Amino acid sequence: MSAILNDETKKVLTTPLVNDNPITLQVLGICSALAVTSQMSTSLIMALALTLVTAFSSAAISSIRNHIPGSIRIIVQMTIIASLVIVVDQVLKAFAYEISKQLSVFVGLIITNCIVMGRAEAYAMKNPPLESFMDGIGNGLGYSLILIIVAFFRETLGSGKLLGFEVFPLTKDGGWYDPNGLMLLPPSAFFIIGLIIWSVRQWKPTQVEKADFKILSISHGEGGHH
Amino acid sequence: MEAYISLFVKAVFIENLALSFFLGMCTFIAVSKKISTAMGLGIAVMVVQTITVPANNIIYHTLLKEDALSWMGITGVDLSFLALLSCIGMIAALVQILEMILDKFFPALYHALGVFLPLITVNCAILGGSLFMIERDYNFGESVTYGVGSGLGWALAITVMAGVREKLKYSDIPAGLQGLGITFITAGLMSLGFMAFSGIQL
Repeated sequence: MSAILNDETKKVLTTPLVNDNPITLQVLGICSALAVTSQMSTSLIMALALTLVTAFSSAAISSIRNHIPGSIRIIVQMTIIASLVIVVDQVLKAFAYEISKQLSVFVGLIITNCIVMGRAEAYAMKNPPLESFMDGIGNGLGYSLILIIVAFFRETLGSGKLLGFEVFPLTKDGGWYDPNGLMLLPPSAFFIIGLIIWSVRQWKPTQVEKADFKILSISHGEGGHH
Repeated sequence: MEAYISLFVKAVFIENLALSFFLGMCTFIAVSKKISTAMGLGIAVMVVQTITVPANNIIYHTLLKEDALSWMGITGVDLSFLALLSCIGMIAALVQILEMILDKFFPALYHALGVFLPLITVNCAILGGSLFMIERDYNFGESVTYGVGSGLGWALAITVMAGVREKLKYSDIPAGLQGLGITFITAGLMSLGFMAFSGIQL
């Protein structure tokens, strides 16, 4: 086991979780991520699907990386990714039809998910298959982590449930919790991701971006606090 | 005619690809720092969307749909699972062709769009538009309307976003929220604004 989990593997598995998270730092794969997070069950399926696709596409692309001509590599990568996504889509339709209906086009959109393409381009084209596979898993997990956090807040606050089980009894069923409908709407996903980014950067100040303009501090004379 | 107008309004405002379906978010966040580049990209997306959605519609209805091959005398074949592959292939090919045509006949526009054209292939808004077209079973006329409308909606959203961000860089933002964080919050507020259209019954 220790032979498989050497330092490089450990590094590619763990850095994408917080230090180099695909969503909060690399700004990849936000596209299809936010739309599925209003429920925990859809997010979990989506996270699993994306992790598997990223891992296997990275491994496949990496194993033929020396044979792909540079000029058509995007199309080759696309074809590999698209075939894997078709497999995932068909499996979901066969075994989890309800969830696949809820995810609608977003399973298909894994093809253009920047994480898959980004890892293929940035890592798998330069590294051997096993590391690339692990890198795919690691980045998939980083994505899953954010997805699960967002879905946790959106589903519990928005409908008082988690994975369909009641967490807060709703007022309409005689409980005390009045659900926050905003949490089920698109804007809340943006706000929650924004807040996650803020907290991660507060925790890891090296990730903070530099401001374009420095604001000069004004002398606090009359007026006091603004 | 009325149905087409309402589909158009719906595609531009109510079901805005960027702000209510989060499609094309990566580019939306990355390229919205300046109004001029944002508009260039917006126009490019609109053009590509207007061509690819109807083109994919033709392919889907003549080749892939269940029993679509009956005009060739082949019945009972359902190739719709190939839709994902054919859509993305179509988009990649069309973007490539468009790039060559623009380079040959409209060099000024080609240089204005620059690096954004090839990037459009991997823009989820384009693939998303085609997949929504298939899922909602639009006919050819509707697919043209939807293509134009959704492209315009995306262009509108990214231009507005760039306008906000150009002003935003002069404001005093908490260090951790600088850059990406505040962009997300802004996008959230804009999306909240676009939610106001959702009450419109068409």
